[in-house]
Amino acid sequence: MCLAIPGRIVDIPAGGHLATVEVSKVRRTINIDLLEPPPAAGEWVLIHVGFAMSRISADEAAEQLRLLAMLGEDAQAMAELDGYQFGDAAEKGSS
Amino acid sequence: MTLLAAAPTTRFADRQIDMAHGAGGKASRRLVEGLIVPALMAASVGDPLSDAAYVTLGDTRLAFTTDSFVVRPLRFAGGSIGDLAVNGTVNDLAAGGAVPIALLCSVIVEAGTPTDILNAEMEAMGAAADRARVRIVGGDTKVVEHGKADGLYITTSGIGRVDPRAALSPASVRPGDRIIVTGPIGDHGITVLLARGDIDLAADLRSDTRSVYPFAAALLDEVAADLRWMRDPTRGGLATSLNELARDCGLSMVLDEERVPVRDEVRGACELLGLDPLHIANEGQLIAVVAGGSADRALESLRRVPGGESAAIVGRVEAAPARTVLAVAAYGGTRVVDMLVGDPLPRIC
Amino acid sequence: MKYVDEFRDPRLIKQASEEIRRLTDPSRHYRIMEVCGGHTHAIYRFALADLLPPNIELVHGPGCPVCVLPMGRIDEGLSLVEQERAILATFGDVMRVPGRHGSPLEHQARGADIRMVYSPLDALRLAQDHPDREVVFFAIGFETTAPSTALTLRRARELGVSNFSVFSNHVTIVPAIRAILDSPDMRLDGFIGPGHVSTVIGARPYAFIARDYGKPVVISGFEPLDLLQSIVMILRQLGAGRAVVENQYGRAVPWDGSLPALRALADVFELRPYFEWRGLGFISQSALKLRPEYAPWDAEARFAVAGVQITDPKAAQCGEVLKGVLKPHQCKLFGRECTPEQPVGALMVSSEGACAAYFNYVHRRTAAASV
Repeated sequence: MCLAIPGRIVDIPAGGHLATVEVSKVRRTINIDLLEPPPAAGEWVLIHVGFAMSRISADEAAEQLRLLAMLGEDAQAMAELDGYQFGDAAEKGSS
Repeated sequence: MTLLAAAPTTRFADRQIDMAHGAGGKASRRLVEGLIVPALMAASVGDPLSDAAYVTLGDTRLAFTTDSFVVRPLRFAGGSIGDLAVNGTVNDLAAGGAVPIALLCSVIVEAGTPTDILNAEMEAMGAAADRARVRIVGGDTKVVEHGKADGLYITTSGIGRVDPRAALSPASVRPGDRIIVTGPIGDHGITVLLARGDIDLAADLRSDTRSVYPFAAALLDEVAADLRWMRDPTRGGLATSLNELARDCGLSMVLDEERVPVRDEVRGACELLGLDPLHIANEGQLIAVVAGGSADRALESLRRVPGGESAAIVGRVEAAPARTVLAVAAYGGTRVVDMLVGDPLPRIC
Repeated sequence: MKYVDEFRDPRLIKQASEEIRRLTDPSRHYRIMEVCGGHTHAIYRFALADLLPPNIELVHGPGCPVCVLPMGRIDEGLSLVEQERAILATFGDVMRVPGRHGSPLEHQARGADIRMVYSPLDALRLAQDHPDREVVFFAIGFETTAPSTALTLRRARELGVSNFSVFSNHVTIVPAIRAILDSPDMRLDGFIGPGHVSTVIGARPYAFIARDYGKPVVISGFEPLDLLQSIVMILRQLGAGRAVVENQYGRAVPWDGSLPALRALADVFELRPYFEWRGLGFISQSALKLRPEYAPWDAEARFAVAGVQITDPKAAQCGEVLKGVLKPHQCKLFGRECTPEQPVGALMVSSEGACAAYFNYVHRRTAAASV
């Protein structure tokens, strides 16, 4: 399920519920009520059925690409991938 | 497009006629092959479909074609139904290797339509005919009750003189041939979709409606002996036209996905809506299949035509898999590109 | 396109593909299920099977909300149009799904007022624009889409729009996964977890799969590199004899999901005691209906909906394909009585349906090759 596309917020008119996003030079008006705190212009969000579902993290994306670039190159990549284990996250204290 | 059929044909068995049957895809083909051709052209059952019908009068070969134009809204960025009505038939003649000479135009108007609207479309048609160097020599007008015609339906029939150098047919297509398009795909379909205003999408996009005769002429001038087949892809997009060719010649059309020109705006709209640009309508492009050795010269000749700067070699013909269109991604993944059943529907899943 | 093109980089794809080859044990056959229909579509669209060694089998799961919808629900929605002189608004995905007397598209051709929308908010706007007509939004989707319906209902209530209602066919993913895991026909090694559902529910709900069933779960994005990286992560777990939940789609999926979305769901929806899923039968606590406070906007509460249970034709094997027991081409009707042109079941219509994906992207290639 779920066609969701990354788009950049280009405008947030007064009123608070809506924003204009741009995807490859196409602009769409979407609802931003699912994001807390509300986003700012310039942020990237994931769009689904006219709503912003979540924010897209540039850092996580860059990190992911870095890991992909290292695939098959050394064992350190393996260790880092292991670090995303759910069990560890629970220990790190996220409620 | 005028109609002939490709074997084998099965009788058309749907209980009713639906929008899908007019969308130019598989359902349309089934209707044409399974009901219309057997009824009207029994002797032609089994012949491949082509853009125009041909008639020989003495030394002259003539191409005949007809097309109906139905679009909502009537006006959109880059043109209107009047432009489509002229260019569409001119383009069918051009793709058939003919010099367009004259058009007849039949108009069905919904009662209650403001005169300004009809006037604007007649002017648009006149202007488009001038640009395309074709004469509108007659026609017919009817008025139907309010609620019956979406404002306006236009049918144009065209006649042209086939260029003696043209030897176009699916049967002449060979493995190793190259597939060329004259410009970016999907502009028209997305423009009209946005113009309907049902979805809150905005983009700086216009219909590509125009006469493609200059492109056909350039190809005939440059590489006539090596020009196998042409078509102006309309509803159903590049995918539909190439699938029809693949079925008619029994070979495989292999597209290089990266090379197919698509504007950023069309790509963005398609990604947002879950559509494939290969299935989106065009109104001002030509697909040409050219012998491999002449492809570069053919491409250069297209790029010299004003409006042909984005022309590109987008794929090649191969022997197998038979009657199939494939698209190869930059990383090598290969998928089948089929004709749709009806119109492409946006999706959320 | 940013955040899309980088994850289609040919060089990185080649590397990931080689890593997968390196990680697979040639003597072993791996069966990995992608739960989500969007992943099924991506796998076919990007021809990912071309990039995997032959001993990795991707098994298509039931995460296609249109595919799992029993035919009766389509008919019930369509009956409201006639009965109540209502405008039925729904997504493009639903338009071609066969009902007993035709699909919504065919009904529309016969004059029924059915409108395709791109957001539940469009349906609400329709209601505001046509105060003299009832507007019913035929809602489908898993937890990805349900919050949008929920927010729309909140808005309808705030604005006091009284001619708007929702016919909810929202379903939840975890019960479907559990039904797969408990199915005796099932032999799976790991799961590619639904990326966009997880933006709402987070990673925790899948913990039971690793803990109780010992299967690795990797929540995945939808680009080729996302899926390949997720397969790498699953293979690493299998190689190490581990089973945990991992989040490959960290750039979009928060561990804890989306609080505003979960709150909206809790405000507006409650779980039905049971709901019928095509192929999986009746599953308890697996679908969403509107809470009593939202009864005025609940099509099932406002209108007399027949509640007919209509099953697929006997020969259709939609259920087995949905569970991954059969591949699409192994269904007796595939490519013959059931094609995208004359679909028998929704799996052949929905762009995420395994049958449609297989037919459109693969079948003609393999069929032609064997000619």
